[in-house]
Amino acid sequence: MSADTRSSPPPAAGAAPRAVRIPPWAEYGLIPLVNVTAAFLVAGLVVLFIGESPLAAVKLLLWGALGFGEGIGFTLFYATNFIFTGLAVAVAFHAGLFNIGGEGQAYVGGLGVALVALALDRIAPWWVVFPAATAAAALFGAAWAFIPGWLQVRRGSHVVITTIMFNFIASAMMVWLLVDHLMPAGSMQPETRTFAASAALPKLGGLFALLGLDVGGAPVNLSLFLALACALFVYVLVWRTKLGYEIRTVGLNPAAAVYAGISITRIAVVSMMLSGALAGMMAVNPVLGDQQRLQIDFVGGAGFVGIAVALMGRGHPVGIVLSAILFGMLYQGGAELAFDMPAVSRDMIVVIQGLVILFAGALEHLFRPGIARLLALGSAALRRRAGAPGKAV
Amino acid sequence: MEAVLPVLDSAVRLSVPLILAALAGLFSERSGIFDIGLEGKMLIAAFAAGAVAGVTASAWLGLAAAVVASVAFALVHGYASITQRGNQIVSGVAINFLASGLTAFLGQAWFSQGGRTPPVPAGGRFAEIELPGAEALRGVPLVGPVYAELISGHNLLVYLAVLAVPLSAWILYRTRFGLRLRAVGENPAAVDTAGISVAWLRYRAVMIAGIFCGFAGAYLAIAQSAGFIRDMTAGKGFIALAALIFAKWRPWPVLGACFLFGLLDAISIRLQGARLPIVGEVPVQAIQALPYLLTVVLLAGFIGRAVPPRAGGVPYVKEH
Repeated sequence: MSADTRSSPPPAAGAAPRAVRIPPWAEYGLIPLVNVTAAFLVAGLVVLFIGESPLAAVKLLLWGALGFGEGIGFTLFYATNFIFTGLAVAVAFHAGLFNIGGEGQAYVGGLGVALVALALDRIAPWWVVFPAATAAAALFGAAWAFIPGWLQVRRGSHVVITTIMFNFIASAMMVWLLVDHLMPAGSMQPETRTFAASAALPKLGGLFALLGLDVGGAPVNLSLFLALACALFVYVLVWRTKLGYEIRTVGLNPAAAVYAGISITRIAVVSMMLSGALAGMMAVNPVLGDQQRLQIDFVGGAGFVGIAVALMGRGHPVGIVLSAILFGMLYQGGAELAFDMPAVSRDMIVVIQGLVILFAGALEHLFRPGIARLLALGSAALRRRAGAPGKAV
Repeated sequence: MEAVLPVLDSAVRLSVPLILAALAGLFSERSGIFDIGLEGKMLIAAFAAGAVAGVTASAWLGLAAAVVASVAFALVHGYASITQRGNQIVSGVAINFLASGLTAFLGQAWFSQGGRTPPVPAGGRFAEIELPGAEALRGVPLVGPVYAELISGHNLLVYLAVLAVPLSAWILYRTRFGLRLRAVGENPAAVDTAGISVAWLRYRAVMIAGIFCGFAGAYLAIAQSAGFIRDMTAGKGFIALAALIFAKWRPWPVLGACFLFGLLDAISIRLQGARLPIVGEVPVQAIQALPYLLTVVLLAGFIGRAVPPRAGGVPYVKEH
């Protein structure tokens, strides 16, 4: 058996115990903020390096993401994708598993959406297609994640490697399915036929109009609420149920979990399937909410953005929703920025993504000792001023 | 023979970047540092090689730039994994995104050709080398064509990659450094007790990985092609990782696994739309997915068993 948790400790969920103790507000607020700021400062240096002004770039980016209704609509559309994939990575993190396969799971989830939509779109309204397609997406994603999870606990193969391999296998399989089977006869595009308009998810334009915001042609749709419901679900599941308690226990200390009678096999498989289901549901947003057909590479890296989102949000649904919105802003604002400042192409987002993963993930302890020392100095000074040996912070 | 030789020849060409990258992973992982950033290091190296060779028209400067860029990324990974004791997988993922983003971003900002580097002029590439006697021997049955087509006529980096395999085997199994490197990947505490610096050993391993990835990237940009294009590694770093696992972290099997995966790649290009006698038309995607599938099956222990270095992925803390 031997769940191989040693090599993938949950970086988002409670890091290794450290000698220095710092208050929770600094642990969960200040340190992540400093890490993300460092990532953006380095990104600013890269912009400076090619001879453009980082401040002007930030201004254009913010305007592109939030400056007008359609920009906000697109920001939320992208954020919807990243909430799903961020939650997916986080759930696995809590169980001590690093699921890099969100990209493939979302891709296969799209197959579930498309199969349901192709079967039902002409005979059923959207409110029948939507739940059925969501269930299929979750099921397909979960099934694709089940294999790596099961292989890890039963056969000892590392989930990181297997999920990477499964991304490539998913990609090859989907190209084959689209080109050889799902492409309508006579078409040159490797994609399914367009679904009937009656199956399309309602856009949220009307809702935002009530708030006095015109989102124009932005494809933000009902999936946004599905994503937020998933965030709530993950919160309740991980912190308010027995299963969530078991997941966190396995993630923090597998040996203690076994001692407490928790089956590591069951937890690893269940959390990988939950993770895959969340990633799979991401497909609902672009496939049923926007494109109305299944296209090659429709995931477009959203599965990988989930890694940065989960790390930045420290595995907590609130943090994940906030970081998903930030990455939504980067995607939307980055497109506008590239338009106005051609030297700063949209690839900058991928650089930022890498820097966020580096600073909020791999280098998460870089600034910790310094901050702890500063806080200790600060609280000592406060105590001296108060003239009493008060409670240490 | 006429049909087989070109496929084998292209298999050799396709397996070279895999061999170099897999050897990079071999040194890093045998020292206990997981490296899923092979792809990123290769990519940044290919970009550096393409950009520098494109501008200076010197293959050697291109190669040097590739090695420098790749080692710089390797040191970031080393700093995060060794000094900061961060999660090595997360660090590797970060390296891959940084490389993918930076190469496309800088390429566009500097050359404005959609992420391409300018075409490399003749002197900026590693030219093909005609081995002595290749033409004279061509007439000899069997040996002649094999020597002329398959063995002769590759560029310098191909021969270096093949020579790197015995060199790596010698370093790992016949030198003191190699013994210590393997020991630090299995039991760093024992190495530490012997008074040898765990961190310095691992930093050296990570730098060696950087050098190998530098060669692999340079091969892609200025030997196999004449310039860098966006995301030109296209998953080769992960295939190399698969080959490394397939080879169970040993140098000679690395050569075999990489050649096998290179051969699969060559066959899949060859088979595009072709029909086989019994099975009919084989989907190209099935052959493309085969290296990944084989790795999953191997890792699951259904054919043999791949056991990674024992201390792989675990940051070393001096006093527990």
